[in-house]
Amino acid sequence: MQTNIKRRIFLKGSAASGVMGVAVTAGLITPQVLLAEWNEAAFKEKDVDAAIKAMTGSESSEASDKIHIKAPDIAENGGVVPVSITSDIEGTTEILILAPNNPVPMVAAFALGEGAEAFARTNIKMGKTGDVVAVIKAGDKTYTAKKAVKVTIGGCGG
Amino acid sequence: MAKSSIKLRAKVKNDVVEVKALIKHPMESGNRKDKKTGEAIPAHYITEVVCEHGGKTRLTASLSGGVSKNPYVSFKFKGGASGDPITMNWKDNKGESDSIESKIK
Repeated sequence: MQTNIKRRIFLKGSAASGVMGVAVTAGLITPQVLLAEWNEAAFKEKDVDAAIKAMTGSESSEASDKIHIKAPDIAENGGVVPVSITSDIEGTTEILILAPNNPVPMVAAFALGEGAEAFARTNIKMGKTGDVVAVIKAGDKTYTAKKAVKVTIGGCGG
Repeated sequence: MAKSSIKLRAKVKNDVVEVKALIKHPMESGNRKDKKTGEAIPAHYITEVVCEHGGKTRLTASLSGGVSKNPYVSFKFKGGASGDPITMNWKDNKGESDSIESKIK
């Protein structure tokens, strides 16, 4: 009798966790359907201007001093270069980070959602010394700014 | 449920929610070679990170192999309150994915 009760509790427990599992799976599926398509062309492009065009659809961009790039002057480890970008340009919708000297210049693109501030921060890899380029998309215009980063140990290749 | 690969912190300060996420992922660019065998290490990196809150997509970040291993992503948004649920999910070029649900502090 004792064992029977335990068995019953055990069965109840496993049934409950089964339901949980289904709920979690359902929760995982929904957001993925909403995902925008990853822009493969822009992330394969070797040319900086062409990569920006592929990502934003904009032919030319204007240099702007309203974009602030925070990155180290000298990166000891090219594998982890913290970069944060803040834009004072009104109507900023996208923030792109590029490293023109990398094998693939386009590093990351942040599409800002509703209410998002014009700020993004991530860590990037830099193969060698060069610029970090920030591109801001606001309306149908794009603006750029760059900052030189000296890399002492490369992060791409070995 | 297995522990999520995402560490998510969201904090409200002066009406602005600052979201910081650290994701455990190798982020192989596909350009590296195995030093011993000389064989190319296949690309394996996160392509997209999406953060949702209050039924709205707050950020869609497209990443590439140019982002550091165990990527860190941070951004800010307005319109969140302490205690609100917030979710983040990622998927990579191999079709793997993960997600996390947290609360704004």
